[in-house]
Amino acid sequence: MTRILAALLLVFAFAASPFDRAEAVEIKEVVSPGGIKAWLVEQHSIPLIAVSYEFAGGVSADPPGKGGLAYLASGLMNEGAGELDALAFQKALDERAIRMSFDADRDQFSGGMVTLTEEKDEAFRLLGLALSKPRFDADAVERVRDQVRSIQRSEDDQPRSIAAKAWMKAAFPGHPYASNTTGTPESLAGLTAADLRGYVKDNFSRDRLIVGVVGDVTPAELGPLLDKTFGALPAKGAELKVPDITLAQAKTQIIARKVPQSVAVFGMPGIKRDDPDWYAAMVVNQIFGSGGFSSRLMEEVRRKRGLTYGVYTYLQPYTHAGLVLGSVATVNARMGESKQVIEAEIARMAESGATETELADAKTFLTGSYALNFDTSGAIAGQLVGIQRYGFGRDFIDKRNAYIEAVTLADVNRVAKRLLDPSRLFWVIVGEPGGLDSKPETVKP
Amino acid sequence: MAWYKVGATEEFAGKTGLAHFLEHLMFKGTAKVPSGEFSKTVSRNGGQDNAFTSSDYTAYFQQVAADKLPLVMEMEADRMVNLKIAEDEVNQERDVVIEERRTRTENSPPALFREQLDAVQFLSHPYRVPVIGWMRDIETLTRADALGFYKLHYAPNNAIVVVVGDVEADAVKALADKTYGVIPRKDVPPRTVSVEAPQLAARELVMHDARVSQASWVRTYAAPSYQYGDSKLAVPAEVLNEILGGGTTSRLYQTLVVEKQLAIEAGSSYGGSGLGPSTFGISVRPRNDDPAPIPAAVEAVIAEVAKNGVTDEELKRAKKSLKAAAVYARDSGEGLANIFGAALVTGRTVQDVMSWPDRIEAVTNADIIAAARAVFVPERSVTGMLLPVPGAPPAGPPPPPPGPEHP
Repeated sequence: MTRILAALLLVFAFAASPFDRAEAVEIKEVVSPGGIKAWLVEQHSIPLIAVSYEFAGGVSADPPGKGGLAYLASGLMNEGAGELDALAFQKALDERAIRMSFDADRDQFSGGMVTLTEEKDEAFRLLGLALSKPRFDADAVERVRDQVRSIQRSEDDQPRSIAAKAWMKAAFPGHPYASNTTGTPESLAGLTAADLRGYVKDNFSRDRLIVGVVGDVTPAELGPLLDKTFGALPAKGAELKVPDITLAQAKTQIIARKVPQSVAVFGMPGIKRDDPDWYAAMVVNQIFGSGGFSSRLMEEVRRKRGLTYGVYTYLQPYTHAGLVLGSVATVNARMGESKQVIEAEIARMAESGATETELADAKTFLTGSYALNFDTSGAIAGQLVGIQRYGFGRDFIDKRNAYIEAVTLADVNRVAKRLLDPSRLFWVIVGEPGGLDSKPETVKP
Repeated sequence: MAWYKVGATEEFAGKTGLAHFLEHLMFKGTAKVPSGEFSKTVSRNGGQDNAFTSSDYTAYFQQVAADKLPLVMEMEADRMVNLKIAEDEVNQERDVVIEERRTRTENSPPALFREQLDAVQFLSHPYRVPVIGWMRDIETLTRADALGFYKLHYAPNNAIVVVVGDVEADAVKALADKTYGVIPRKDVPPRTVSVEAPQLAARELVMHDARVSQASWVRTYAAPSYQYGDSKLAVPAEVLNEILGGGTTSRLYQTLVVEKQLAIEAGSSYGGSGLGPSTFGISVRPRNDDPAPIPAAVEAVIAEVAKNGVTDEELKRAKKSLKAAAVYARDSGEGLANIFGAALVTGRTVQDVMSWPDRIEAVTNADIIAAARAVFVPERSVTGMLLPVPGAPPAGPPPPPPGPEHP
């Protein structure tokens, strides 16, 4: 007998989620009295404000021999500014539950802040103090330098980060992209407070700045707050002199480590974000290697053969080089098999292209899941920054899915051929991999 | 999200990892939705899906546009009772889980160390077992094991459905009646209720691993949770955790890292949301890989709080931070679903979650002293150290001394 279990089945539904925001987002451009531009999405339902911002440059702007400078600076931005030493600054944040984060990425120095509406004045003032008057007190510099050194050592213990570092080093010889984000032990040890002040002066400038704000604040309120935070920055930064670069000659590199499972990072030349083929490339990657359960790589490497827990590829559009990057981890003895399957799939996709069904499925996923990028205020603020970084208009969110829809099967097949080429594939494998068909280069780090 | 009131604690000896293995096999199809098609259908409809297993529960989730809710609720209800698993799929998926264990645990000395610590921390409670299972047990898991576990525990009366988004509660209820509601209830075994054996002596675990280049030190104390032991101490313990080890203004960080310079990092962790016993943990990255001075320094910090309590300023700051976390949590649909799901599936109520900020606000200095005195008992502690192999060369060259500073 079947009976309805109304009383026994517990169902809870909660509203007030920002989900489905993509369609509802209205972006306003706010220009402060002092001339700072920001994009704003007003959301007054939760009493908080999220700010996302970035300065072009990032780790690539580390001067020669000063590897780790941007990263060390990012660790020191909440260690004292203006009249406040480290403890006073951190207490000022904690007392008001203001959350600040600072990150040094390859091409950008980025930051985020979330504050309760009631603390907004002090939050924007403290962020302004951190960006324009960081102290770099000697004790704070030494403390954070030790922490970065500890992070370097942890990275050198982990197969995946060993592989990722080695990949960049081998792929971009002589270019800033080859250097470790955290620097080397030697370069880190040599960094001074003067270097840190130089980095901030050269890179934290209004001409390099992009700002996105989401939350419980009106355009009229935001203007003066922007001036409080960014108004004291110099108008112009130093010239950025990072050249474009293409990937070095393809090869396979083994880094021997006594671990049960080999971890591989692989990649090949990709395209930059402004390439006309970008959306077709997104579709190609969605079909081929995107992280979900539906990609060809997950089907062939994981589901059919049980070779791995996770295998994926992604497009990495650095400012000066586009990449298709991927990763897989497989028990040592079967690593060669994983590599062969991945290479065969790359060749198959390049030669035979995709099917109409795969194209249609990829499109419905990419268009339908766009809203998932808008789940939190901080995520939306990050989207606002990303859209401005590439010079797109405020109507980008409305138009973006049409760009995906416009991709044809001919586009997909052409771009698959353009991107996916096993002969340009660059592998770094960390572990004791077995079953590799050719004799790779072995590196002693 | 569909949350089931079954987790690794319901497993039996020799079959650890079974709850998690079944979670993987739940994607292997039904008569209506063939193997692999569940995720493909969600993806084709612009959504994402996955699942996770803990000691206390197993949860399955989809993120989709609101108009796709009926579709995913239908599919989720279908696999609640109609799972079909082919034998060869079981063998492939076991290999996947074995690779998952290698990725998460075998390749990571800190993860192996945490697993060993749990086994030392809990003498009799099933929390001593890793959720993913011991490798030898995973290798023996069969189709019959998984289906037996499935038939025993998966039923509408053993599940909670949580929906967050642009929906109306009444409409969701009607959908649930139509999908899950038509599945007959069945008698499921009551939840495993395990009592941790009394800890009468401090325990210590020292692990060396050649893949580790720097030392870590941890200390845990057996602690109550919202639903285990002296549960009125749980909320005060959350405030205590924030003051002792929540970030750079905390006592542990200020004392060990900033003032005494014995450590590179120091913090604490406590969560009261499990069904079973909890722990109050303190973790330290010792400076110069020397853990020798750490225990005395940590014990001095906690003894001071147990004796004299905290300052009004600290109490105010901790409450502000914790209450703000509740506001910030409202900003994420996924986060909300997880908070309410984890609470409801372990027997707490919506009201418990909603009143949490008020309960934080009500904590007094006396409550914190009581929690500290109850928790920080030397005989109920575990001290763990993960260390490089003695005499092994360091991974990289030592950094040279810093150069002169040019202002």
